[in-house]
Amino acid sequence: MSDASEMPTGPHGEQGLRTRVIRTDYLARVEGEGAMYVKLDGRDVVEVKLRIYEPPRFFEALLRGRAFTEAPDITARICGICPVAYQMSAVRAMEDACDVVIDEGPLRDLRRLIYCGEWIESHSLHVYMLHAPDFLGYAGAVEMARDHGEIVEQGLQMKKAGNALMALVGGREVHPINVRVGGFYRAPTGAELRTLVDPLERARETALATVRWVAELDFPDVRRARELVALRDPGEDYPIDRGAIVSDAGLDIAPAQFDEHVVEEHVEHSNALHARIRERGTYLTGPLARYALSCAQLRPLAAEAARAAGLGPVCENPFQSIVVRSVELVQACDEALAIIERYEQPDAPAVQVTPRRAVGHGATEAPRGLLYHRYEIDDDGAILDARIVPPTSQNQLAIEEDLRAVVEDALDLPDEKLSLRCEQAIRNHDPCISCATHFLKLTVDRG
Amino acid sequence: MQTLAVWKFASCDGCQLSLLDCEDDLLLLADRVQIANFLEASSATVGGPYDISIVEGSITTPHDAERIREVRASSRTLITIGACATSGGIQALRNFADVEDFTRIVYASPDYISTLAMSTPISAHVRVDFELNGCPIDKRQLLEVIGAHLAGRRPHVRAHSVCVECKRRGTVCVMVAHGTPCLGPVTHAGCGAICPSYDRGCYGCYGPMESPNTVSLSAQMAALGTEDVDLVRVYRTFNAAAAPFREASEAREGGQRA
Repeated sequence: MSDASEMPTGPHGEQGLRTRVIRTDYLARVEGEGAMYVKLDGRDVVEVKLRIYEPPRFFEALLRGRAFTEAPDITARICGICPVAYQMSAVRAMEDACDVVIDEGPLRDLRRLIYCGEWIESHSLHVYMLHAPDFLGYAGAVEMARDHGEIVEQGLQMKKAGNALMALVGGREVHPINVRVGGFYRAPTGAELRTLVDPLERARETALATVRWVAELDFPDVRRARELVALRDPGEDYPIDRGAIVSDAGLDIAPAQFDEHVVEEHVEHSNALHARIRERGTYLTGPLARYALSCAQLRPLAAEAARAAGLGPVCENPFQSIVVRSVELVQACDEALAIIERYEQPDAPAVQVTPRRAVGHGATEAPRGLLYHRYEIDDDGAILDARIVPPTSQNQLAIEEDLRAVVEDALDLPDEKLSLRCEQAIRNHDPCISCATHFLKLTVDRG
Repeated sequence: MQTLAVWKFASCDGCQLSLLDCEDDLLLLADRVQIANFLEASSATVGGPYDISIVEGSITTPHDAERIREVRASSRTLITIGACATSGGIQALRNFADVEDFTRIVYASPDYISTLAMSTPISAHVRVDFELNGCPIDKRQLLEVIGAHLAGRRPHVRAHSVCVECKRRGTVCVMVAHGTPCLGPVTHAGCGAICPSYDRGCYGCYGPMESPNTVSLSAQMAALGTEDVDLVRVYRTFNAAAAPFREASEAREGGQRA
C-alpha cells in the first residue's frame, strides 16, 4: 500500500462501467482492525468480505506448556473488551478437565455477578458509543454528545456501574485479577458488594429508559432467518455461565460435543475460517440468539421491558439487536442486584482443583456470543493443547450474509450511504476483531 | 486546540478501551483536545500531523514496522501505552520459540501468515517520548499522562516498585506474612497494588521497575518452594521480553520440574 492509503479513509466507492466496489478500509467503532469489501457487477453482488487484517498473536500456541492455572489470565489478554468471558470459559474448561463443578452457591453467584458487570459495561459501550451513532447519524459518541449530551452521559454512567462491579469483584475493569480456576483469590464481603446497590439501581433505571429510547429508533424493515445458537441454562437462569449449546433448529449438545457439530471451513471468497453447523451451515450467536432461545428465562422486569418495546418471542431483524442488547442490560442489572441481595460470603474463596491428564471443555456467553474453550492438560497441569473459538468467528458468515442482503436491498443508494448501511450491518453484531484474529487464517495483502 | 490520535498495533484493545473507560472525564477531555483519530470510538478522522499520538500494541508484521514510522513522522509527541507497546506483550512469547512452529499450531495454511519472528515494543522501531506501563494501563495514569502533555509538563508517573504501593495502602505483605510468591518487589508501580489486596501475589503485569533485583527475588521465591519451571513462567507473561524479566527467566531455564 502507498503511504497515503495508510492513513484512515472514510467510506468510499469506486465506479467502473459495470463494476462497483463499496469498501471501507478501516472499520470504525468495532473492536480491532477490520475492513469491508463489497463488489458488484451490474446489479449482482459478486463478492462480500469482512476482511480481518489484525495481526495474529498465536494464543493457542503460546498456551502450550503453560500451567492450567494460568489460562484465565493469559486468555483474558485476547480481548480487552470481554476479558471476563475468556476467564470464565477458561476456568470452566479447566474445572471440567479436573472433574470439578462449581454450579451453585456463592462462588457461582460471584461468577455470574462479575459476568453481569462485563455485560453491562460491554453492552453500554456498544449501545451508546458504537451503535447508536449509526441510527442518529453521528461519527461517534463524542460527536453525538454535542447534540445529545444527556443521553450519552446516562449511557456512560451505566457503563461506569458495570465497570465498578467488575472492579470490585475482579480487582479492576480490564483484565480482572481475582478470577482463578476453582473460584476467586478473595471473595468480597457482603458490605463491599452492597456499595454497588445504589449505582446498579440507577443503572437499572437507565437500562429501562434505554430500552424505551432504542425501541423508537428508525429500523430498516428486514428479517434474516438463520439458525440461532446459544447456551441454555439447565436451571431458571438466562444463559451466561453454563449449560448445553442449543439452537432453534434442534441442536442440543454438551460443550464437549462442540467439535463434532461445528466445523470451520475455508470458503472461496475469504481467507478466514468460517464456523458452520456441520449439518446445516451458517448460524448466529449473541443477543439475538440468546433472546430467541431463552426469553422465557428473562427476569420479569426485563421480560416486561421487552414486551413494552414490541419484541416478540424472536427478533429476526439484526438492526434491532440494539433493542435486545438493551433488554439484556435490564436483565444484567436486575440479576446483579438480586445476587447482591442474597449474597453470603463463602467460607473459602475457591475450591481445590487438582490437575490430572484430561481434556476439558468450557462454553460461556460473552456479550457478543458463544465463547468455546478446549484444553488438554497433563498430570502436572501443563497445557498440551488449546483451542479457542470466539463468537466473532462463529458470526462471521452470518455477518457477510447480512452484508450481501443489505447491498441487494439497497442497490440504488449512493455509494456513501450504502457504505454506511453496510458498516451498520456489521456493527449490528458487535464484532470483536481482536478476538477473532488469533484463530483466523488470513492473508494480508501488502499490495 | 491540540489534536490527539490513537493508533492500534498488535494488542487486545484493552488499553485504548481504558480511554473510553474514563467515563467521568471522557467528554471533558473531548472539550480540551480535538480527537483527530480514534477509530474504536469514531469514524470521523482528521489528517495529521498530530500533537499527541497514543500508540497501543506491539510490532509483529513487516507492514506494521512501516506503519509505525508513518505514525512517528506525523506526530509531535508519541506516547506508548500498555505492555504490548512498551515491551512486546504476551505475543512476545514467540521470541522464545520458533515462530514457524507457532504459526503451524494455530493456522492450517501457514503460508498465508505474514508475521515477524519477534514481537517488539514500539521503542525498538521509533523514538518514543513517553512509555506508560501496564497490562492493562491504569486509566487515571493515562489521564495524567495526556493532561501533562497537554500542559507541557512531566507526567507524575513513578517508577518505583509495587511494594511501595502496598505499604501506602496498608496491605500486609503477602510474601512475608503468607509465603505467597509475589513479583511486587521487581514490578513497576502504577496499578495501585491490586493483587496483594485480593490475597494474591503480584504477577508483574506492569513490567520491571526502575532497578529490579530479580536475582534476590528469585532466590527468595525458590526458598518459598517455587520450582524453576514456575519461576520461568512467572517472569514470562505480559512483559516477557522486557530485558530484566527476560534475563531473570533465562537464568532459571533448564531447571528441574518437581
